[in-house]
Amino acid sequence: MPEELTAELEIPEAKNPVESLLRMERMPHIWCPGCGIGTTVNCFARALEQSKLDLDNVAIVSGIGCTGRVAGYLHLDSFHTTHGRAIPFATGMKLANPELKLVVYSGDGDLFAIGGNHFIHAARRNVDMTVICVNNLIYGMTGGQVAPTTPVTAKGTTYPYGSYDPPFNLPYLADSSGAVYVARWTTYHVRHVTKAIKEAINTRGFSFVEIISPCPTLYSRRNKLGDGLDQMNYYKENSEIRNGADTKEVGMDFQGKIIVGKFVERERKTYRQLMNEHLTNVFGDQFTPYEG
Amino acid sequence: MKKVRGTVIIKDDSCKGCAFCVEFCPTDALHLSDRYNAKGYRLPELLDPEKCTGCGLCGLYCPDFAIHGYIIKKVA
Amino acid sequence: MNADKKAVLTGAHFIDGDHAACEGAIAAGCKFVAGYPITPSTEVVERIAARFPLVGGIFVQMEDEIASSIAIQGAVWAGKKAMTVTSGPGFSLMMEHIGFAAITETPCVFINVQRGGPSTGLPTLPAQADMMQARWGSHGDYEIIAIVPNSPQECFDLTIRAFNLAEEYRVPVLVMMDECVGHMTEKVEIPEADKIEVVERKFTEKPPGEYRMFDTNGSMVPEMVKAGAGYRIHLTGLTHDDRGYPAMSPVVHNKMLRRLVDKVLLNEEKIRHIEEDQVEGADVVVVSYGITSRVVLPAVNKARKDGIKVGHIRLITVWPFPESYIRELAKKVSAFVVPELNLGQIVYEVERCAAGNAVTQLVSHAGGAVHSPEEIYDEIKGVLGHA
Repeated sequence: MPEELTAELEIPEAKNPVESLLRMERMPHIWCPGCGIGTTVNCFARALEQSKLDLDNVAIVSGIGCTGRVAGYLHLDSFHTTHGRAIPFATGMKLANPELKLVVYSGDGDLFAIGGNHFIHAARRNVDMTVICVNNLIYGMTGGQVAPTTPVTAKGTTYPYGSYDPPFNLPYLADSSGAVYVARWTTYHVRHVTKAIKEAINTRGFSFVEIISPCPTLYSRRNKLGDGLDQMNYYKENSEIRNGADTKEVGMDFQGKIIVGKFVERERKTYRQLMNEHLTNVFGDQFTPYEG
Repeated sequence: MKKVRGTVIIKDDSCKGCAFCVEFCPTDALHLSDRYNAKGYRLPELLDPEKCTGCGLCGLYCPDFAIHGYIIKKVA
Repeated sequence: MNADKKAVLTGAHFIDGDHAACEGAIAAGCKFVAGYPITPSTEVVERIAARFPLVGGIFVQMEDEIASSIAIQGAVWAGKKAMTVTSGPGFSLMMEHIGFAAITETPCVFINVQRGGPSTGLPTLPAQADMMQARWGSHGDYEIIAIVPNSPQECFDLTIRAFNLAEEYRVPVLVMMDECVGHMTEKVEIPEADKIEVVERKFTEKPPGEYRMFDTNGSMVPEMVKAGAGYRIHLTGLTHDDRGYPAMSPVVHNKMLRRLVDKVLLNEEKIRHIEEDQVEGADVVVVSYGITSRVVLPAVNKARKDGIKVGHIRLITVWPFPESYIRELAKKVSAFVVPELNLGQIVYEVERCAAGNAVTQLVSHAGGAVHSPEEIYDEIKGVLGHA
């Protein structure tokens, strides 16, 4: 097996390394058997560990829904906010304390339906934060309703005969809104996800990682796609790694090919940089920069 | 090249039987056992300890933080 | 604590209520404002945007009022004092986050410069029709504090008080201005910074291992921490236990909810702020608040010339409602007259507290202008059959 796989995990301890980042007193978590959210949490924990960040300075913000519960399980300063509003909460927190590393961790319905407006504006402003979207293509917590990511023809309880509501292509949306880092992987690609999260949190500016993840209870069952493992195998067999792909071309069809990879990596000044530079130009010595 | 030996630890109570660990173990060292936990989930186990390299991929996949692997020794 | 000398514009100014409220926020130590333009409150954030680069604050114009009302709470949990400002439809959009601030005990200030509604209503004209919304607008049981200025000077003074109350009780505090007060230009005296009392946040001194987020240690208000201080807190809008962890239990909910409500209601007398005028021995007492109180003055003066024993009380704190005060007063007077720029809101609180001991008469007005003094005078005369 490749050496990179063995090297980093040489932790000869009986304790699962993810546990140091979890609130173990809150386990077991609420997620269903075969749900991929927990898998993404492993990747996130590993990425944080490898990033060597001071974890006391990492704040995690979630909205509402299954993935919205991630904040509550992580042993970090964690904020479980209102439905769709994790990003503006994080915007306020980041602007008020620039020393904090802000990670928004939420689901596709939360971030892109009710929270869609905030996503595009935070990307436009280039607020320095990482947004991790666990995209299970459906509303899980409320019981399997169609999301703005549900592929056309897939069934949800609110489109019982199959959806005809065109979904977002999330990487394209992030790219065109101004995100400086955009990647998509699936929960099958655990090492790529880990690497992408590490890269995203080390990127200054608005970074976005989409992780396609199984929802066996609501998405797979209603659409007769088997269980979580069947979805994982679908990801394995139907994902095509295409780093640098034009995000316009990475939209998803029902059970079709999934284009994964790192699509965007670019530099833009952050909102704070723009603000401080501009106001320094305008006011010179009179400018009193926010001290944080 | 060094040969690596590893093992896994499984928390029976946490497992929800998704079998991600078994399916994606790169050396096919795991299988689903005949044991079930108190909630009725079928538990994985190390089928062939010789095969486990302690790579820890099972732990990275496990959505329930129920299994993790680690290296116990390296033999030349 | 006193206000920051560099930030406070000590001196006499001729400014409107919106601008005065901005200066009040700066004097109170507000360092973060998020807002979205909406008439007639926009001038508050415009002045904030102009002033903050010179006093070390951050203003961000958010994409909507929903974002504004939660961005400020992110800033508060980063350790800062923060507020948002809005009117009319924007206030409706902020309701969910007033509830979030209430359940998470996030100290923050909302300024609502009231205009006519519902919906887009009368964007440029006054009303006092959001008073019940201020109290009840978010779903569920909770308490907030609402204070109502009637002049630009009070927009300055009471915005400072709003920040102080927010810190003291860890509640959202609403400054319920109206279009008239917001756009009225008068003399505003801004005191020396060291004459301005500012309440700073009470951060815990306990080490991370011992600190429990919502443990009140016998008081009603838990101590705060901020993100990045090593406490690894969890904050949620779900019902939560003392650790801040979600707890879907009627027992935990009951305990949490009753404390959220009690910390405000049981301190009502401390929060109470009422201006009294010739209440002693009065037959009729006019109960007013905000801009309407200024129209009451000529009406009361005229009635007094007619020989009617009329008193006037102005509610500066409207929420929590001064129940015991009105209850006691109702035993001494024959009638209350309640003019307000709506079709009846606070009058029903007065009537409830009067409990049949005094007649309660509304002087309603649909908004868009203020009452004429005559309308109020007529009710003062009519309520006891003086007419």
